[in-house]
Amino acid sequence: MTDTAKTLTGAEIVLQALVDHGVEVIFGYPGGAVLPIYDALFRQDKIKHILVRHEQAAAHAAEGYARSTGKLGVLLVTSGPGATNAVTGLTDALMDSIPILCLSGQVPSHLIGSDAFQEADTTGITRACTKHNYLVKNVENMARVMHEGIYVALNGRPGPVLIDIPKDVQFASAVYAPANGYRPKSYQPQTKGDSKLIEQAVEMISKATRPILYGGGGIINAGVPASRTVTNFVRETGMPCTLTLMGLGAVPASDPHFLGMLGMHGTYEANMAMHDCDLMIAVGSRFDDRVTGRLNAFSPNSKKIHIDIDPSSINKNVLVDLAIVGDAGSVMADILTLWRQKQHRLEINNWWAQIKQWQAKDSLKFKVDETIIKPQYAIKRLCEKTRDQKTFITTEVGQHQMWAAQFYDFEEPNRWMTSGGLGTMGYGLPAAMGVQVAHPDSLVIDIAGEASIQMNIQEMATLVQYRLPVKIFIINNKWMGMVRQWQELLHGCRYSESYSETLPDFVKLAEAFGAVGIRANTMQDLDGVIDEMIAIKRPVIVDVVVSERENCYPMIPSGAAHNEMILGVEDEGNEVSEEGKMLV
Amino acid sequence: MSATLPPPASRLSPLRKHTLAVLVNNESGVLARVVGLFSGRGYNIESLTVSEVDAVEGISRITIVTIGTDQIVEQIKAQLGRLVPVYRVADLTASGALVEHELALIKIAGTADTLQKARRIAEDFAAREVDSTSTSFIIEMTGEPEKINELVVALQLLGLVEVVRTGVVAITRGATPL
Repeated sequence: MTDTAKTLTGAEIVLQALVDHGVEVIFGYPGGAVLPIYDALFRQDKIKHILVRHEQAAAHAAEGYARSTGKLGVLLVTSGPGATNAVTGLTDALMDSIPILCLSGQVPSHLIGSDAFQEADTTGITRACTKHNYLVKNVENMARVMHEGIYVALNGRPGPVLIDIPKDVQFASAVYAPANGYRPKSYQPQTKGDSKLIEQAVEMISKATRPILYGGGGIINAGVPASRTVTNFVRETGMPCTLTLMGLGAVPASDPHFLGMLGMHGTYEANMAMHDCDLMIAVGSRFDDRVTGRLNAFSPNSKKIHIDIDPSSINKNVLVDLAIVGDAGSVMADILTLWRQKQHRLEINNWWAQIKQWQAKDSLKFKVDETIIKPQYAIKRLCEKTRDQKTFITTEVGQHQMWAAQFYDFEEPNRWMTSGGLGTMGYGLPAAMGVQVAHPDSLVIDIAGEASIQMNIQEMATLVQYRLPVKIFIINNKWMGMVRQWQELLHGCRYSESYSETLPDFVKLAEAFGAVGIRANTMQDLDGVIDEMIAIKRPVIVDVVVSERENCYPMIPSGAAHNEMILGVEDEGNEVSEEGKMLV
Repeated sequence: MSATLPPPASRLSPLRKHTLAVLVNNESGVLARVVGLFSGRGYNIESLTVSEVDAVEGISRITIVTIGTDQIVEQIKAQLGRLVPVYRVADLTASGALVEHELALIKIAGTADTLQKARRIAEDFAAREVDSTSTSFIIEMTGEPEKINELVVALQLLGLVEVVRTGVVAITRGATPL
């Protein structure tokens, strides 16, 4: 035993391991089965604890923290309901590949399986919604499991890890084993791309006449240098680029090579370019159904290169011609280096001429009204008024989320936090909370819908308690707008349960929590309200009363292909196919 | 729900049976992870066997027989490969000739006459008798699953009352280990 070896309780080992891995803040909620860890927290000052009002919010806050910093997000919950409440957040993090660590208390070992008070089979329940999980049965394993869990969450394709810790293990003592670069033997993800495949990729790219780069959240996860590399690659080759919902910010929105987001509510030019390209380079993206549209009509004439750190993403939905397993940043850096060495030049003027024609359709156009605020316009103004400072945007889920993706321009990675894969209403407010904890001096705005915001509204109290000046910008149209839009498209305008007959007065609600509430009723109010919101250094709810009937366009209806987009209301006559109706 | 859409042409490769060998860390929950992956993603399991094969390193070997197109089997391999406690996944079917064996215990009950007929068939299949009473006997047979199927069919009308099978274990032929 070296003289640095120290005997700690299980609870202390948990905190020591967090400190050793650079964790500074955790989000959590106490309960019987985690009291020893809470007691250890009380007796230290290295880790700050943020007391949420619901465990789901702790998970989303950890996601927001992680997504905006590239670091690990951590949450601490009790057994039973504490853990089951975290399940939605864990699933969200799994779908969007966000590295978070959930520490859950468990009933003492000898009671496991006895249906004890607040007992749940947490590792059983979360097996399908974590990248990996552990039940620590012996305090001797506590340190190793912490080191391994943190490694697994952060490396390879990132994701949520849960460590379930029975109460007796939290009390028991063991010698703390430091991390010392611990690696699990059976999990060694490949980060460096095969050089032969990289040569083939460069060769394929050099021959392309209609290439496009299709980037996703993997670029963001690969770190800021990866975004810079991809941007440089796009600029140096001159090829057009589109990004998924999760990838926004990887290439600056203002870059002329960027065609906008692709997919169901992506731009016409991005989707048409995907459909008509002769070479597609998918980087850290996973051919999600929201991106591909009808699979058997997806980009029918292209060669496809897929770069991803997760081998199971390759050939899952779309068969590709060349697959490179590795970190998006590392592989793209190798490709760019070789591209420069070979001094290739692309001849793609005709391709750009075609793209310019598609861009001329101006697929994101909308009609501005003189008095009624259009939701798109509200987000556009928000973008214009906040782009001069370091602004982080989160969203809830629905029409407002798509409008935010379309009308807020992200110039940097890690500034955009949204629930892409799982589509979790209630994500935005707690995620914004996590972002604000990580970036206390930055402007953090949750672009919300009036329905979604009510799903985690209790976190207003957390914002007020910790003086987190998050701004909640509610696009209030009184409808679950995306549900209504689908009812119009698929169900003969039978608006089954998609209208909110009663809504809280959001201004008074903000005040009740001790925050500030302001409202924009008309176009005349909008700019002033946004300015006021930015100026207030406290949490603010802005209730933006927008036109009720606006729908989100352009749109690839379910079961349709990229080149079958609906550009606006006037296009809506097209019937959705029977197969399309089956899809979500 | 996408199953209702016509599959892309590339997915129309024929369904084939594949035998996979999966080396895993022998830790609690590892089998649940593997089985959960198959049920959660809608893959087939024809048979599954598991046992520790290296007590020093704590490694278990799972043999899974599954049915799928080439793409689906590739997906299964990739999905298994990314489970944290999995060391290695090998498609034995794709790697050439293999020995695939299964063990079955079969209980026969009946009159002396049918028992005698059944014994004769068991002998033809080189099955070994492991228990007997005046009204019954149990045979053990190891071999290819198809052979066991044939034996079961042959005994169906001769007093077969119970069958239990282990599922396939498999190993590649030749000198090279996995």
